[in-house]
Amino acid sequence: MKKLTIIPAETTIDFMGKRLFAFAFSAVLVLASAGLFAGQGLNLGIDFLGGILIEVKVKCPAVSDASGNADGECHADVGAMRATLGQLGLGDVSLQEFGAPDVVLIRVQRQPGGDEAQQAAVTVIKEALGDTVEEYRRTETVGPTVGEELQEAAIIAVLAAIGAILVYIWFRFEWQFGVAAVVALLHDVITTIGLFSLFQLEFNLATVAAILTIAGYSINDTVVVFDRVRENLRKYKRMVLPDLFNLSVNGTLSRTVMTSLTTLLALGALYVLGGEVIRGFSVALIWGVVIGTYSSIAIAVPLLLYLKVYRGTAEDQAAPAGAEAEG
Amino acid sequence: MLQFPTWKKVLVLVVCGLGILYAAPNFMARETAEWIQSWMPEGGPGKQVSLGLDLQGGAYLLLEVQAEGVVTERLDANIDAVRTALRDARVGYRPAPHIQGKDIVFKILELERLAEVESLMRSVDPDMVVEAAEDGTFRMRFTEQAALEIQRRAVEQSIEVVRRRIDQTGTREPLIQRQGAERILVQLPGVDDPERIKEILQKTAKLTFRFVSDRMSVEEARQRGVPPGYEIVPSDDDFQRDYLLERRVIVSGGNLVDAQPSFDENNLPAVSFRFDAVGGQKFGKATQDNVGRLFAIVLDGKVISAPRIRTAILGGSGIITGNFTTQSAGDLALLLRAGALPADLVIIEERTVGPGLGRDSIEAGKVASIVGLAAVVVFMVLAYGLFGALADIALAFNIILIIAALSAVQATLTLPGIAGIVLTIGMAVDANVLIFERIREEVRAGRSPMNAVDAGYKRALTTIIDANLTTLIAASLLFMFGSGPVKGFAVTLMIGIVTSMFTAIMLTRLMVATWLRQRRPAELPI
Repeated sequence: MKKLTIIPAETTIDFMGKRLFAFAFSAVLVLASAGLFAGQGLNLGIDFLGGILIEVKVKCPAVSDASGNADGECHADVGAMRATLGQLGLGDVSLQEFGAPDVVLIRVQRQPGGDEAQQAAVTVIKEALGDTVEEYRRTETVGPTVGEELQEAAIIAVLAAIGAILVYIWFRFEWQFGVAAVVALLHDVITTIGLFSLFQLEFNLATVAAILTIAGYSINDTVVVFDRVRENLRKYKRMVLPDLFNLSVNGTLSRTVMTSLTTLLALGALYVLGGEVIRGFSVALIWGVVIGTYSSIAIAVPLLLYLKVYRGTAEDQAAPAGAEAEG
Repeated sequence: MLQFPTWKKVLVLVVCGLGILYAAPNFMARETAEWIQSWMPEGGPGKQVSLGLDLQGGAYLLLEVQAEGVVTERLDANIDAVRTALRDARVGYRPAPHIQGKDIVFKILELERLAEVESLMRSVDPDMVVEAAEDGTFRMRFTEQAALEIQRRAVEQSIEVVRRRIDQTGTREPLIQRQGAERILVQLPGVDDPERIKEILQKTAKLTFRFVSDRMSVEEARQRGVPPGYEIVPSDDDFQRDYLLERRVIVSGGNLVDAQPSFDENNLPAVSFRFDAVGGQKFGKATQDNVGRLFAIVLDGKVISAPRIRTAILGGSGIITGNFTTQSAGDLALLLRAGALPADLVIIEERTVGPGLGRDSIEAGKVASIVGLAAVVVFMVLAYGLFGALADIALAFNIILIIAALSAVQATLTLPGIAGIVLTIGMAVDANVLIFERIREEVRAGRSPMNAVDAGYKRALTTIIDANLTTLIAASLLFMFGSGPVKGFAVTLMIGIVTSMFTAIMLTRLMVATWLRQRRPAELPI
């Protein structure tokens, strides 16, 4: 049987030679991300800002009469709902169809006046919607205190994860590898945040979970390549570093691509079929897999060129070490 | 790497077997699984995965006990005690005892009685420190330790009351636990409209029986100032009038032993109650001595009714009439039975998922997992042939083991948790991909099949461990700092990493080794 071959065995791409393009490209990505973050910021969800989120399924007959749909499908009259809720004086209220035509997601900004005020607003909203609602699929309110704490916890979690990974790589490899891996990791995290800022995707607790997973995945990928670099450093003591790195990356390229593909297949299924609630999460993970794969090849390994990787008992040190062993 | 001692083979088979046993109940009807479980020893198979609130529907409430208020309240109560003690000892003061920040402050006029008053004040409340200045100024405050202790007790009592109240509503399998110093986490599976429970939880339900002033009317008190020991309290009845009440409490809700919804003589909803022995006696004595006066039943700072005492009420039981509906009478009875909260509760976070969304999420999660799985399975066979098929078997076992582990330790499966499983499906084959690619390289380097496979496993092993440990680090931090659904994601991810390492390193290797030894192929189909 002919096997599916995505990366031929004899692939020899000169990754190191193109490193400046990659660096430039990544620099643009990172700067653009930072710019977006500073400029338009993130669309923070209620997890972090506090506020109210309500997902409702509207009652069918009442609404489809009004909007007069011929296809028999039930459509929510988002405009009418917006008008109703807009009169309540709750500040920013946003509505969007969510996954199905009769499901509407309502977001209301955090109400001034502390934790109790959120609850009071929910009561007002539910009264205003009255019997147009078939089912409250989801109601979430987060008070200002909890929002701040969750923000803090999220930042700590991401920083702690990056720190722990740095320590682990340092411990298992050399510090140069740790630094290169963490730079690639930061690159992935920053550009993911940039993506969320660019498309104004809701940034919530699940996004933070996704970012940490991306961190794990990206480092996983980097470690595989680094492992090969380390192995080749021992094996080919006289090979110049760019060649050695190219050899390492090409040697693991097939695996890198295969794993990324299987992961993307699974995540693609999650994105398309996993439902509306999980969609933002899937987007982050898909992006993370792509950027994580890219960064371990195009950022992490080339960076090692600039970090003076210690070659063990190579070249000039080879002779004395050998002599010692004999003596 | 291809030599398997018998014990290792047995171990792999036992783990896989246990995996099937523990995972199996999840594919049965709930009743069947429960029936099996009833025959099993503790910890045996039969448990299904417990679904998070976002999948089965339910309410998650995070409550904060306003414990600071309890200290202030006790400070308030102590002012009265201080004033009474000073009056009883005939000590003149100016200014009168009042609250300044967290201190009770007053100044006595007779400086020669400083020491006497100081020891008197120490006996008012042993939890307070007393500072007496040369000029006769007294400052009394709670020691920091005492204040913390008061708050701690208030939180503990609140948890107890919350538990009793929720039990009274008949919610199935509620989870109530303390979180941090002042918070209570309440999880109510299956409750999709928690409005009533929220209402019940946020009522303090502080009930007191007090006399209405017969010295002056509310209007007079407003004009001439409220006399000490009295206060004006609004009412909740039809007339919306205010009452001038004695601050002194005849009996409080703490002396109730039972309360039930009932009907008064006009067949309107009411709440009947019964006092304990002490409460019954106090109430009996007070009513006996004050026939003809009005007394007020005050709930959470509002008069709910103010009947006239017609005869002494000696039986220790009575009935509260007021502006009730059948529902509100029932709720009040419930609240009185469960006891008053020592402090106000504020809902600082609420997440409620209706049953419809939960069902949809499970359905979507299932479909996504199956499709994702199928895609990966096909892809692996296309890429690696027979070896890919073996990896697919390992992948199937990987999922079985994840489900088994989730069932066995009763970890909660959330929607992000399902996403974690789907992600694991994609990443689990990574270990096998690493090994297979390595084997291919070794074959290209001219090794014999046996040698190539052996070297492939040996070389890939450290990489697999390094790569997985880093992901494990990220996942465990997620577990530590995450909350609710995110924690669920971290749990499945961690379990997935461990099981995928087991299936890739042990299970596929066993299968590959067995196949190699039986067939002794001249060329590897990889």
